Amino acid sequence: MLPLLRRDLTLATRAGGGFGLAVAFFLILCALVPFGVGPDSAALRPIAPGILWLGALLACLLSLDRIFALDHEDGSLDLLATAPIPLEGVVAVKALAHWLTTGLPLVAAAPLFGLLLQLPAAATPWLLASLVIGTPALSMLGAFGAAITVGLRRGGLLLSLLVLPLYVPTLIFGTEAIRRGLEGGSPATPLLFLGGISAAVVALVPFAAAAALRVNLR
Amino acid sequence: MSIWEYANPVKFMRASGAILPWAVAGAVACTLGGVAWGFLTPDDYRQGATVKIVFLHVPAAMMAINIWVMMLAASLIWLIRRHHVSALAARAAAPIGAVMTLIALATGAIWGQPMWGTWWEWDPRLTSFLILFLFYAGYIALWSAIEDPDSAADLTGVLCLVGSVFALLSRYAVLFWNQGLHQGASLSVAPGERMSAVYRYPLYLSMLGFLLLFLALLLIRTRTEIRRRRLAALIARETRP
Repeated sequence: MLPLLRRDLTLATRAGGGFGLAVAFFLILCALVPFGVGPDSAALRPIAPGILWLGALLACLLSLDRIFALDHEDGSLDLLATAPIPLEGVVAVKALAHWLTTGLPLVAAAPLFGLLLQLPAAATPWLLASLVIGTPALSMLGAFGAAITVGLRRGGLLLSLLVLPLYVPTLIFGTEAIRRGLEGGSPATPLLFLGGISAAVVALVPFAAAAALRVNLR
Repeated sequence: MSIWEYANPVKFMRASGAILPWAVAGAVACTLGGVAWGFLTPDDYRQGATVKIVFLHVPAAMMAINIWVMMLAASLIWLIRRHHVSALAARAAAPIGAVMTLIALATGAIWGQPMWGTWWEWDPRLTSFLILFLFYAGYIALWSAIEDPDSAADLTGVLCLVGSVFALLSRYAVLFWNQGLHQGASLSVAPGERMSAVYRYPLYLSMLGFLLLFLALLLIRTRTEIRRRRLAALIARETRP
C-alpha cells in the first residue's frame, strides 16, 4: 500500500498533476466573495467561517474526479483491482493521497485566507481544528462519488450532484464549531460530532466505494 | 408459496395486473374522499381555513419519507438476491418520491405564507426535506446516466444505502444547526398534543389515499419498465445479425 501512496503523491505533485490548483481555486473564491457582498468588514466577519468552509469544500470537489479517472483511462485501475491488496485498501490509500495533496494544503491556506475575509484571530484555532478533523471525510466521500461515476463520460456534474448532499453534515458541524468558538461557547460538541463522522466515513465508506468500483470494472 | 415467487416477472405482471385496478380505484376514492371530507371540516379557531391544506401536506410528507425507505428495502433485495423486479421497482419509485417531496415543500410554503408570514424558513424540517429532494435528484440522475441496466441497478443501490445513512444524519445535523418554526409530530399520540378527531379521521383517509396512489403509480411504472425491458430484448433478438 505504501508504494501506491508514494506513486499517487508523485503523480499529483508532478507537472500536470494539478497540485496547488485547489488552493488557487480556494484563493479566487475567497477573493470573489468581497466583490459579491461588498468590502465592508462588518459584513464579511460573520460569514467568514462559512465562506472558508464552503471554499474548502468546493475546492476539494473540483479535484475529485482525478482520484480514479486517470487510472481508469490508462488501465492501471484494472491492475490495481487484480493486485494482491484488497480494493478497499486501494480506495482508502487513494483517498488519503487526495487528502494529502488537496485537503492538507487547503487547511494550511485557510488561516491566511481567513485574514482576507476579516476572520477574527480568536477563531483561527477552531478553523484549523474543524478543517483538520472534517476534510478527511470530504476526501473519503469524494472517493465514493468518484468510484460511482468513474465509468461515465460526463461524470463531473453528476459527481457534484451525488457528493454535495453527502457533505451536508460535515459542513454543518464544521462551521458550527467555529461559530461556537467565536461566541465563547463550547465547540467540543460539534468537533466531537465532526470527528465521529470522519472516523465512521473513513472506516466504512471504502467498502461502499470498492463495491462501486467493482461494478464499474466488471 | 413465498413472497419471492413474485420476483418472477411473469408472476409479478399477472399479480400486479390484478391488483392495479383496485389500487387505482382505492387511490382515487380515498384521496378525493379524504380531501373533500377535510374540506367540510370546521375552520380551526386559530388558523382558520388554511388548516385544510394539511390533508395534502401531511400525506405527501409521509409518503416522501416512506418511499425512500421502500427504495432502500428494494435496493437491498436487489443487492442481496438479484431480483430484477426489485431493482425496477426502486427505479420506478424514485420520481414518485421526488414529486411527493415537492408537493410537501410546495403545500408547506403555501401554508407557511399566511401562518408564519414567510414562504421559506431554514427550519430543520423544511431543510431536511430540501436535502431529501437533493438525494432523490442525485439518485434519479445516476439511474439515467448509466446505460447498462445491471450496473445502474448496482450503483444506484449502493448510492441508496450510503444516501440513507447521510439523509438520516443530515436530519439530525440540521436539528443541531437551527431551531425551527415547524411543529413537532403531526400525529402525536400524547394527550394534549393530539389532533382533534374532526381533523384526524379525514387525515387518516387521505393518508390511506396517498398510500394507494403510490402503490398504483408504482405498479404502473414498474410494469412499464418490465415491458420496456421485454421490448428491448425483442428488438435485440430481431436485429441480431
